[in-house]
Amino acid sequence: MAIWLTKDSKVIVQGMTGSEGSKHTRRMLAAGTNVVGGVNPRKAGTTVDFDGTELPVFASVGEAIKETGADVSVIFVPPAFTKAAVIEAIDAEIPLAVVITEGVPVQDSAHFWAYNSDRGQKTRIIGPNCPGIASPGASNAGIIPADITPGGRIGLVSKSGTLTYQLMYELRDFGFSTAVGIGGDPIIGTTHIDALKAFQDDPDTDAIVMIGEIGGDAEERAAEFIKANVTKPVVGYIAGFTAPPGKTMGHAGAIISGSAGTADAKKEALEAAGVKVGKTPSETARLMREVMS
Amino acid sequence: MDLFEYQGRDLFERHGLPVLGGGVAETPQEARAIAERLGGKVVVKAQVKVGGRGKAGGVKLADGADEAQARATDILGMDIKGHTVHKVMLAETADIKEEYYFSYLLDRANRTFLCIASVAGGMEIETVAEEDPDRVAKVAIDAVKGVDEAKAREIVTQAQFPAEVADQVVDIAVKLWQAFVAEDATLVEVNPLAKVGDGRVLLLDAKITLDENAAFRHPDHEALIDQSAVDPLEQAAKAKNLNYVKLDGEVGIIGNGAGLVMSTLDVVAYAGEQHGNVKPANFLDIGGGASAQVMANGLEIVLGDPAVKSVFVNVFGGITACDEVANGIIQALALLGERGETVTKPLVVRLDGNNAEAGRAILDGANNPLVERVDTMDGAAARAAELAAAGK
Repeated sequence: MAIWLTKDSKVIVQGMTGSEGSKHTRRMLAAGTNVVGGVNPRKAGTTVDFDGTELPVFASVGEAIKETGADVSVIFVPPAFTKAAVIEAIDAEIPLAVVITEGVPVQDSAHFWAYNSDRGQKTRIIGPNCPGIASPGASNAGIIPADITPGGRIGLVSKSGTLTYQLMYELRDFGFSTAVGIGGDPIIGTTHIDALKAFQDDPDTDAIVMIGEIGGDAEERAAEFIKANVTKPVVGYIAGFTAPPGKTMGHAGAIISGSAGTADAKKEALEAAGVKVGKTPSETARLMREVMS
Repeated sequence: MDLFEYQGRDLFERHGLPVLGGGVAETPQEARAIAERLGGKVVVKAQVKVGGRGKAGGVKLADGADEAQARATDILGMDIKGHTVHKVMLAETADIKEEYYFSYLLDRANRTFLCIASVAGGMEIETVAEEDPDRVAKVAIDAVKGVDEAKAREIVTQAQFPAEVADQVVDIAVKLWQAFVAEDATLVEVNPLAKVGDGRVLLLDAKITLDENAAFRHPDHEALIDQSAVDPLEQAAKAKNLNYVKLDGEVGIIGNGAGLVMSTLDVVAYAGEQHGNVKPANFLDIGGGASAQVMANGLEIVLGDPAVKSVFVNVFGGITACDEVANGIIQALALLGERGETVTKPLVVRLDGNNAEAGRAILDGANNPLVERVDTMDGAAARAAELAAAGK
């Protein structure tokens, strides 16, 4: 088992015919993901060949669900069209929409989040600006490399893609149940807390790695949640201890404003909640090793 | 992107919000001309993107064009908390009777927008919130529904605006929200929003942040960028589509992915504590799936910084292929050599993940004495710090 994405998940790709979309559809298929089709109204009715796998292109997410029973959509469309793509996925009530696109205006993200909330949040949104979700050995929805680690019993939730890969690599001998990249934008659909809750409830996850970075107070709120609700061991890492205030560090949300959003404050909050926090990725991996052995 | 006050004033005016007449000057002569146009008393305000300019002497009253020119002469070139004043805004003066506070901003925690309003304006809203929390209204704004007249009334009621200004504030609240959405802002803050002698309510200051992710639908926003504040290396990097931030250290950093690069800065700074206190010289994310050409562009930017004494290339190949990265390093060194810019700074490279073996083999095969390969991130950071300390 895993959280949110299992070997039974049926995945469609919005933007499958674009360059990023097709590249990653091929990789997802190679990882054993059950990709059942793509969406592009202008190419509806055609098929796309991925090394011998013929995937149908549908006019809409709704049609794709009707024809294939898809329950996950991975979204690769450019920033200007992302809001419309996510709203289409919400309207079709797909259970999981993974928004990979980087550079989405924050008003668009706020808009589709509010739209989803008005409709009872029938769709779980991961992202935008995220690497997606991978349950190693079972399914892969997004761009997380499938060959870093086999399946295992560690769960991981992270704002950063490459730090996810780094920690998966350092702990590859243990393996992971699911790794969720929630993205580094100021407004995201799935939070650390959502993932922590799901891992806590997942019988196949024994311990959790939580990776955060400077900016906002998501890690502080996650710390409060852990204190009250999470009994499984959590090991944390925060990137940006030495980042200067006022400079955006790559992710739109990674900025220290005044005294808010510093890595030290986040580390303190997590430690007060009983989370062991590493100063570097390697120390974080070491702390998780101690937990798992 | 944060705007200057004068840019905010102009933006408000364009969106039909009530502001005082004003203009921006870069020289005392320009200031004089604006003061003549405005007539009578004016206020001369330093344009800096930092708080506390009033206390620093960056805001002065002037009676007539002569005085305005003199005050502009005083203020232009001033240093306010490390910011040099290149521009002053001149504005009409107002007979302020009451000062309020009004803002719309992003509420990350609740994944929506928030209105903060208070009748206790003119001072820092954080101070008011601490000392007198009952006088600060916080109203969540639904991103789909926005601020219509009913929502604006709710804000005005919660913040307890006086009855005689309520209608005006409602109108301002609606128009300000429209401007916020139309311009893709993440913050508009008006402090003070003021009632003046003739009973009008005016927006007397502007603090605005625009969302750079929305630049594709606002071609006009590019003109708002303050070119004097843009670091030349940052500018060169931007032209090549690289995400680069200049910092003050000696170890050049190149990596893939914002999180990993941030983490690399930390690891290098910790290593620097053991090696002459060297620090990272920059943040540079070459992104996912970077090609050899992108790697070469990145290396060129980082080596273009004279403060850099060593470079740490830290790549975990997810989508990015390490053999491409290795080829990029070799190509970049050759390219710079051909241009006569002989590279003398040592490079420490750590490659893991996708095609790491092939990448390492390429570097080993090239046998360039400047390029040193280290297997772990921690080890490579320590070596890069050591080399930077030796080169200081």
